[in-house]
Amino acid sequence: MTQKITSLYTAQMKMAELIESDYNLLLLFPRFNMELGVGDTTVMEQCTRQGVSPTLFVMMCNIYSHTDYKPTIKEVTQLDAEQLLSYLSRSHIYYINSRIRPIKEELKKISGHCTSSHSAVLQRFFAEYEQEVINHFAYEENTVFPYIRTLMACHKRQQGYDIENFQENHSNIDDKLSDLKNILVKHLRGIGMASETTELLFQIFSLEEDLSRHTFIEDVVLIPLVQHLEKNIYDKQ
Amino acid sequence: MTNNKRIVIIEPYSMIAQGLRLMIDEIKGYEVSAIIADGHYIERVAPLRPDIVIINPSIIDIKRRGELDELAQRLPGSTFAALVYQYVDPDVLRYFKTTIEISDSREKITLKLRQLLESSEQVTESTELSDREKEILIAVAKGLTNKNIADQYHISIHTVITHRKNLTRKTGIKSVSGLTVYAILNNLIDIKEVE
Repeated sequence: MTQKITSLYTAQMKMAELIESDYNLLLLFPRFNMELGVGDTTVMEQCTRQGVSPTLFVMMCNIYSHTDYKPTIKEVTQLDAEQLLSYLSRSHIYYINSRIRPIKEELKKISGHCTSSHSAVLQRFFAEYEQEVINHFAYEENTVFPYIRTLMACHKRQQGYDIENFQENHSNIDDKLSDLKNILVKHLRGIGMASETTELLFQIFSLEEDLSRHTFIEDVVLIPLVQHLEKNIYDKQ
Repeated sequence: MTNNKRIVIIEPYSMIAQGLRLMIDEIKGYEVSAIIADGHYIERVAPLRPDIVIINPSIIDIKRRGELDELAQRLPGSTFAALVYQYVDPDVLRYFKTTIEISDSREKITLKLRQLLESSEQVTESTELSDREKEILIAVAKGLTNKNIADQYHISIHTVITHRKNLTRKTGIKSVSGLTVYAILNNLIDIKEVE
């Protein structure tokens, strides 16, 4: 049994030790386009080799593993905003393709054992949820991220938009997922698919937790970083 | 008379009892109305009608476990917490809703006290939907607004909102589409009616 690491991760740690201390961190690898086969290298060496910012990688790992960790403004403003945006974009694609789709498939399988109207309503409910998430991400990709990129490129503020608008429009996408969880745990009876339903619930619980970390990253890393960029430009103008 | 929740501590050692009292006194909404350090506590606790009784189970003689049943019967409105800092027979711990440990911080104790009272309110309440709640659920699933529902059932919008809050609390479902799924799974409504 490996000792659970209770202090924060650093770039000097061995990558393999990091994974051993919290295997959930493996879920971050596809989002960084990182490959395994890390040998005996440190986090720093592995990140540099694979073209990933070690600062960003370590910060994301700390946020995922240590729920009471919140990076300081100083740490946040040291990040490369473009690296953060591309991490968030890849996360969006990852959630839709690698997490939500499999849940949809599994739910379809289970629904096959319900009456046709129960099956239809369950699948329609999930399709609505999926669309809600797609819209939520699309707003970020099409409105928020381009705004941030303009901010970085021209060092100029766009009229009539700032990151506060994003904070206000940052819609809540947790309700339906939590509803689905309760429907499966409390209300769906007599379909005799215990192992499939359990598997599905594990996927949902894990996605729920992951999405809450994602929202946390947007709230405590992305927004403060952009506010810092905005302030710098405002001060110059 | 304040609205503070009243707590009685039954603990043989004064140092611990007084320390716990100091911690609880700093928590808003709670007060320690008595500390009892020895036997015959049943006769002394009952008239105080406390909301919470915190007992060190080691004060209970192993041959007189029935005392806890007696205490619970005489105080139907109280909830019981064990104050634990030495080995306690798990059979005895079953009588208590929670345990307060000597290492607990004030924040942790606050949380535990709050949960004690919440859970005691919840257990007495059924999660079964009332007939009126079922009617409201069906109306919500059909896509009616709160205003429409209020008009249809001749109740105030405020009452509709209360019913909807209760629906969410009882089913654990927040979204309208989720409530629709619930209504269909429980055959309260046909899928054709919501299309």
